[in-house]
Amino acid sequence: MIPHSALFNKPKDRTFTPDPSQAPTEDYHDILDQLEKEGEWEVHRVPEPYIEVKNKFGRTKKVPVEQTWHHKSCGQCGHIPGYSTSVFWLNRKLGLDYNDPTDQTSCTAWNYYASATSNAPAQAAVAMRNFAAAHETGYFPIIHCATSFGHYKEVRQQLIHSPELRSQVRKILKKLGKKLIMPEEVVHYSEWVHVMRDRIAEHQVIPMDHIAATIHPACHYHKLVGEDAIYAPEVYGNQRSAIITSTLQSLGVDVRDYSTWFDCCGFGFRHILVSRDFSRSFAVQRKIEVMKEEADPDILITHDTGCVTTLDQSQFAAKAHDKNVGLPVMSDSQIAALAMGAHPYKVLQLHWHSTDSKPFLEKLGIDHEKAWAEFEQVVDEIKAGERQSVTWEEVDV
Amino acid sequence: MSLDLSGRQYAHVDYDEKERLFDEVKGDLRYDEYLYGCYECGICVAACPSARFYDFSPRKIAQTMAREDVDLFYTLLNDSVWDCSQCFSCDVCPRKNSPGGLITLMREVAVKNGLASAQEALEGYGRVVYKIMATGTQVSPDMLQANAFPDWGPHVKDIAKNLEYWRKALPPESMNTTETSWQVDDKTIIELYLIWHMTGVMDMIKEVDEGLFMILQDVMEEKLEDAGYDVSFD
Repeated sequence: MIPHSALFNKPKDRTFTPDPSQAPTEDYHDILDQLEKEGEWEVHRVPEPYIEVKNKFGRTKKVPVEQTWHHKSCGQCGHIPGYSTSVFWLNRKLGLDYNDPTDQTSCTAWNYYASATSNAPAQAAVAMRNFAAAHETGYFPIIHCATSFGHYKEVRQQLIHSPELRSQVRKILKKLGKKLIMPEEVVHYSEWVHVMRDRIAEHQVIPMDHIAATIHPACHYHKLVGEDAIYAPEVYGNQRSAIITSTLQSLGVDVRDYSTWFDCCGFGFRHILVSRDFSRSFAVQRKIEVMKEEADPDILITHDTGCVTTLDQSQFAAKAHDKNVGLPVMSDSQIAALAMGAHPYKVLQLHWHSTDSKPFLEKLGIDHEKAWAEFEQVVDEIKAGERQSVTWEEVDV
Repeated sequence: MSLDLSGRQYAHVDYDEKERLFDEVKGDLRYDEYLYGCYECGICVAACPSARFYDFSPRKIAQTMAREDVDLFYTLLNDSVWDCSQCFSCDVCPRKNSPGGLITLMREVAVKNGLASAQEALEGYGRVVYKIMATGTQVSPDMLQANAFPDWGPHVKDIAKNLEYWRKALPPESMNTTETSWQVDDKTIIELYLIWHMTGVMDMIKEVDEGLFMILQDVMEEKLEDAGYDVSFD
């Protein structure tokens, strides 16, 4: 067996520079434009201002700064609501214009990968209905869930290569009174966090240079139609996707490596709902315990619905078996917001998480008891009918 | 449990029926992009989370389809495909295969044809299918109940107890909801129902769960009728 120390003794300056002309896949940008010229669809252009970054094969990808239409995640909004709230909070704090639509459905891909109770035309029609809805508002879609992000790229590939599917979806959309609109880029919110990382760091009020973290890159971000994923020479020499690591490094966090970084989290789509023994075992044995043993982090940061859910919620049952667990899990949006001074309960909503994050908050010098009392005060006021909700203005510190 | 690859358990099924299902998978428009042959290198197995915990192999899937081994295909269709995690780690394949993609197609065919193994795999999953098809968001805050997620910890009980108030305490107004993850417009739901109708998805539901189909049918037809659409899912 190769000792895991061998992994960390590699030369640190080994950088791979991809040559786009040698890419093993076609450049989807060219095909989107060609199909637009042929009248097959309209391309929704990334609005200015945008920031250009490089994808896996060295091609340029545009990431919009604002005028973003937030394609929310059912798992984030439903079960980890501080995840999405933090994305919106960051936009507000940075003074950026965005749209939180109610004319949006889930991508339905979680169900599709879990149960297969759908088909290619239905999945493509759901995606293109949402894209058309975004276009109608004038805002550019930004995708919160990595599975939606991955699935929409699959749909794009299918539509590019199948005139029959394009025709079928165009007919469906016509009956809905919509046009076939393809975004110039499929953009994941964590790519936006990545390109905004220096501005986020400029607003940082909670120092994090004494914090160690491990990261988990989401499978449906960098494996499923992986060519769209963003890479950078300063992050593992262009050999792993750059996002999350880049953001944490901008915040001063020490990002530590571990040997099973490529492994999935164990979510499994159907498994997390109806066969969780698998998800729990995989998350704990292949991810959490390995990270704890090899890297001893204070926090685990990831960038997807299923990954936060599985890696966080799987740790409770493992405690009964004396497993080496107890690693708090957050999204990159949550830790970025926390660094900028967001409230741990009113914004990050950490009470929806399973693993205890109080020791981490204490290490950051945050008085979590005071913060929890402030949140409970608000909830008591809602219960007493003294207020209906919490406004953005109240949490815009 | 180990996977019986002898095929004896399905010897009673006509070869023609197995071949019909095989051809259905092969006929999908995505098939040619998911399979280019197989080096039998096993890289997909090394990357596969399910292979570590089940007697499951993405390599067997790719090999079986490439060799057009119809009998083995039928065994895997029934006894293996539901173990896949659909993470697409197997897309690391040097031959550019997507065993996970092949499994998506196989599962779809299993559902569409109402195989008993598919019905069994989806037992207990009906509520999730109902949520996504009827409400437009797949998982919802009110699914977090202690009896459904006892292994997630005591906070689930706290969430369920305080759900209404904790949801109102979320700054994004769109998320002050309990039955859906965010507020979805009625017009949007109608458009989603029309997509299900035009793409035959309800026919698939009928094959695997007739009770769920009838519930969804009632909900959708009533709402579509109220919106001025004369649509039947029969």
